[in-house]
Amino acid sequence: MWGFAPSEDKGKWGKRFWASFAVCGIVLALAVPLLNTWVPPDSSIAMPDYIVPLLGKYLCFALLALSLDLIWGYAGILSLGHGAFFALGGYCMGMYLMRQIGTRGVYGNPLLSDFMVFLNWKELPWFWWEFDHFAYAAAMVVLVPGLLALVFGWLAFRARVTGVYLSIITQAMTYALMLAFFRNDMGFGGNNGMTDYKDILGWDIHQSSTRRGLYIASVLALGLGYLVCRYITVSKFGRLLLALRDAESRVRFLGYSVTNAQLFVFTISAVLAGIAGALYVPQVGIINPSEFSPGNSIEIAIWVSIGGRGTLIGAIAGAVLVNSAKTWLTSAAPETWLFVLGALFILTTLVFPHGIVGLLRRPRRIRARAAAPMPAGEQA
Amino acid sequence: MRTAKPLTEALLYLNGVTVSFDGFQALKELSLIVEEGELRTIIGPNGAGKTTMMDVVTGKARPDRGEVFFRGTADLSRLDEAAIANLGIGRKFQRPTVFDNLTVFENLELALAGSRGTWRTLFAQLSRAHRDRIGATLARIGLAERSRMPAGSLSHGQKQWLEIGMLLIHDRTLLLLDEPVAGMTDRETEETSALILDLAKDRTIVVVEHDMAFVRSLGARVTVLHEGAVLAEGSIDHVQNHPRVIEVYLGR
Repeated sequence: MWGFAPSEDKGKWGKRFWASFAVCGIVLALAVPLLNTWVPPDSSIAMPDYIVPLLGKYLCFALLALSLDLIWGYAGILSLGHGAFFALGGYCMGMYLMRQIGTRGVYGNPLLSDFMVFLNWKELPWFWWEFDHFAYAAAMVVLVPGLLALVFGWLAFRARVTGVYLSIITQAMTYALMLAFFRNDMGFGGNNGMTDYKDILGWDIHQSSTRRGLYIASVLALGLGYLVCRYITVSKFGRLLLALRDAESRVRFLGYSVTNAQLFVFTISAVLAGIAGALYVPQVGIINPSEFSPGNSIEIAIWVSIGGRGTLIGAIAGAVLVNSAKTWLTSAAPETWLFVLGALFILTTLVFPHGIVGLLRRPRRIRARAAAPMPAGEQA
Repeated sequence: MRTAKPLTEALLYLNGVTVSFDGFQALKELSLIVEEGELRTIIGPNGAGKTTMMDVVTGKARPDRGEVFFRGTADLSRLDEAAIANLGIGRKFQRPTVFDNLTVFENLELALAGSRGTWRTLFAQLSRAHRDRIGATLARIGLAERSRMPAGSLSHGQKQWLEIGMLLIHDRTLLLLDEPVAGMTDRETEETSALILDLAKDRTIVVVEHDMAFVRSLGARVTVLHEGAVLAEGSIDHVQNHPRVIEVYLGR
């Protein structure tokens, strides 16, 4: 049976895969905290304290890019509003962190956050209840973006909104949320957002040990997120996603529900984005409505396309590399950054459509997974 | 409209079906009956409503008026494409539609009979029986050696066969083939004709076609559509000598 049975499933979860996955994971999870803890600060390989949350932030962006690659690279759903799911996960975490401040706020109110006292509120709004429990907040990190994606996706996919129309309404969604969150009356701190956090699960959020912990949590989340995405994309369901990207009506006539498939993968993706947002907030110390801005969501698509869409690993590489470049350039020559980003995006689209991963894999010929049509001339 | 007792003994029953797009009536009170086990060819000039008829049967278009029943009980005018496919109705498009970025093998894997649920698909394992079935289908459509190639790299005729293979592997009761030999060479047309006759032994097939020689080679009952309604029906010789058919085909 080997003749016509490509036994790829074995290779996809073989020893080689697990070995490289474990090596990458251990290096990422251990190297940074160890260099930060044990190497004296004057050494050339020292990891200064400020670098740890910065790298943690990149990993959160990597998870966010991964979530977009799952739907864009495989199912052909280009969401330009994925920043909204990221921000909602972030807000859920921010609410938990705000409740942890307790009497240490400027007004010393044990129940109400400073911005609520400032707005002259007397009671805690119902949607803030229970957010002082970490488990509840963690559940909301998953449920809020997940439910929004489920409802939004159900309306869009059932009406067969796809392609550029879907991209436009996702932009509209994140824009609408941004405007809503800017309002003070919404009860999420208005345009100032939420900041000045004190501690998380009892640990001081400014301690370098807490930051190392958050960094390791980000590595774990990224690793798990990668495994989930990989499982989905190498399964038969993953092949179904590629199929509906190529010929949606054929998938319907084979008896599959395209709506259900799209809805499932869109919701999983939104949950991953929400988790990324929740880990991002304690590491950068603030969440505000600018996270919902349409530009942010477009930037995620740029990371993925520069890294190489439809490859998963490319999304991670793209997010880390582009954001490292951004950190460096915005301090070295801030006015050039947007031009560089735009140029990178155009260059990727025109010159190397399979992104960085495509460039590296070129000698081995990119497998059918990539988005562009197969090169002609393969007919035997 | 759902009735427990079959309305009709026919496998496919269309009665007074009207479909219009932007004021243009693609089907006008079309009535058509296909019996179980039948091989039927449908011909007609461009714009006669052949493809719209297939759209109505497979759930892609909704009739404005009229009844569409499968096995006399399932009201096809109320079901979506996936539900209709799961009743056992398969369709081949006019332009070959396969999944270009999947291999030939993977194309057939997705077409295999089995649960279509998201959860089941996510945890599906390919059993030995499934592999054997895919292998047998590959042999039947003559693509065994290309099983690991992306379907996008197949020739036009090979894509047509792959698409037929995808219908074949899932034991459908009724196959609708929209111009299965369009763009094929003479030899490929002959082979396809033989394949269809072979398939027709144990399922019902409706073929829409332009190519008269091909229709004749199938030797089946012919329905002629014109301006959204049935113009004539009978053997190929009967319809070819029918005065109205000659008039429509040759112009007035």
